[in-house]
Amino acid sequence: MRAVACSALIALTLAPQSASAQKSQYEEYQRMTAASAPVELFELAGEAAWKKRQGPKNASLEQCDLGQGAGVLKGAYAGLPRYFADADRVMDLETRLLHCMMTLQGRSRDEATKRVFGSADQASEMEVLSAYVAGQSHGMPMRPGKDHPKEKAAYLLGQKLFFHRAGPWDFSCASCHGDEGKRIRMSDLPVLYKPQHVQPLMATWPAYRVSTSKIVTLQWRMNDCYRQMRMPEPVFGSDTTVALLTFMTQTAEGVQYRGPAIKR
Amino acid sequence: MHNRRRNLLQTAGIVAAALAAGLLKPIAALAATWNKEAFSAKNPGDALKSLGAASAEASSAIVIEAPHIAENGAVVPVEITSNIAGTTSIAVLIDKNPFPLAGKFDFMEGALPFVKLNLKMSESSDVRAVVMAGGRNYVATKEIKVTIGGCGG
Amino acid sequence: MAAGPMKMRAALGAGYTDVRVLMSHPMETGQRKTPDGKLVELHFIQNVTVKVNGKTVVESQISQAISRNPVFSFRVKGGAKGDKIEVAWLDNKGETNSTEATIA
Repeated sequence: MRAVACSALIALTLAPQSASAQKSQYEEYQRMTAASAPVELFELAGEAAWKKRQGPKNASLEQCDLGQGAGVLKGAYAGLPRYFADADRVMDLETRLLHCMMTLQGRSRDEATKRVFGSADQASEMEVLSAYVAGQSHGMPMRPGKDHPKEKAAYLLGQKLFFHRAGPWDFSCASCHGDEGKRIRMSDLPVLYKPQHVQPLMATWPAYRVSTSKIVTLQWRMNDCYRQMRMPEPVFGSDTTVALLTFMTQTAEGVQYRGPAIKR
Repeated sequence: MHNRRRNLLQTAGIVAAALAAGLLKPIAALAATWNKEAFSAKNPGDALKSLGAASAEASSAIVIEAPHIAENGAVVPVEITSNIAGTTSIAVLIDKNPFPLAGKFDFMEGALPFVKLNLKMSESSDVRAVVMAGGRNYVATKEIKVTIGGCGG
Repeated sequence: MAAGPMKMRAALGAGYTDVRVLMSHPMETGQRKTPDGKLVELHFIQNVTVKVNGKTVVESQISQAISRNPVFSFRVKGGAKGDKIEVAWLDNKGETNSTEATIA
């Protein structure tokens, strides 16, 4: 119901942004809310989930290799997405966490993703884990993998998907995120293939969203964007989502990670 | 901006488990009052009357730091400092909220008259800080505009 | 029902200690509806107490107009090594939680 109301608004308000003074007014709000964010609570919950023994193998995730070695958390998020030889594919954080849940803990994909996106009342396991792991890269420059052939292929696929129009509305990501000066209601729409726009975003996800009081992750964001474009929602951790995230993270390369953050 | 690395405390977080184990006296056992009449008031005037602060003089010695415009009304950070000598409490009201009184903070010896909190605002409104000091009441207000951003959720 | 995590951070200021406390709590206004149209009942923190070395220094009464997962900052005078700071809350259902820390 909410989505339908919003769709009407997209048609009406995809308008050129007014004065840049508007943007600076929100910066004050964003700065002040960032200092009062309950994000740390979710990182704490994520730490507990990381250490919890689960699944048929009754193991924790503490030996999960997120790219810097088994169990190494510091800086791991800042190096994602990247290629993992043991899975022979490029993976973002959530895809990799799912991989560890399945291999280290012996859990099935169905069970591990049964409630992969949570609610305001209860964040999902994946959400709190994402907040925890991402927080361990706070302050570090983001350097996703880009030398491996599969990392290059993922970038190119992501770029292609970004501009590919489909679905009943003939939308692509670029429909909303492809031109300067656009907004939806009062939120500016960043141009996601431009470094200066996508850098502050990749630097702040996953995030605590005040409007819905929940932690939101990038896999959720990809899923929700496709839903809003009236296209089928992508499978969690699919090549589609990983490709788009690879494209955007490589475009944002070098930005200092300062999340998990707080968002409208 | 995040001071997360400046951890000067040895934290010994006590969770509900410790409470259940009887290691901590529940706060319910202590005298905890909640001014139902003031919190149920539907306009600022009635709320202030219930707090005994009906007549308050404007004061610039009360500093309200808050964003001029909030991207979302669910979390509006507001910081209030009272520079009035002898401040014993600060009450925070959101004039246009269904129930304007959002909080009342009593400061005893050992605390500064200062509070930062996140408010839920239903619409653009004046936020009012009422200070009680030396038996008298003082007030300062700040207008905060609330907008709705983005695609609804 | 177990209360969610609670966390306190303290930073030394000029002659005071800034105490920032994060609480997990839905702070339900009683106005929100679930997807199937039912009202979520009123459930919010009503009292927050700050103590230094066992002595109450701040007593707060708050309403459901405080944001979900409240974050408060208070300032306590001084802040010497060994001082114990405790923050506790009580909600309208009688549930409580608290956290304490010692200045190192």
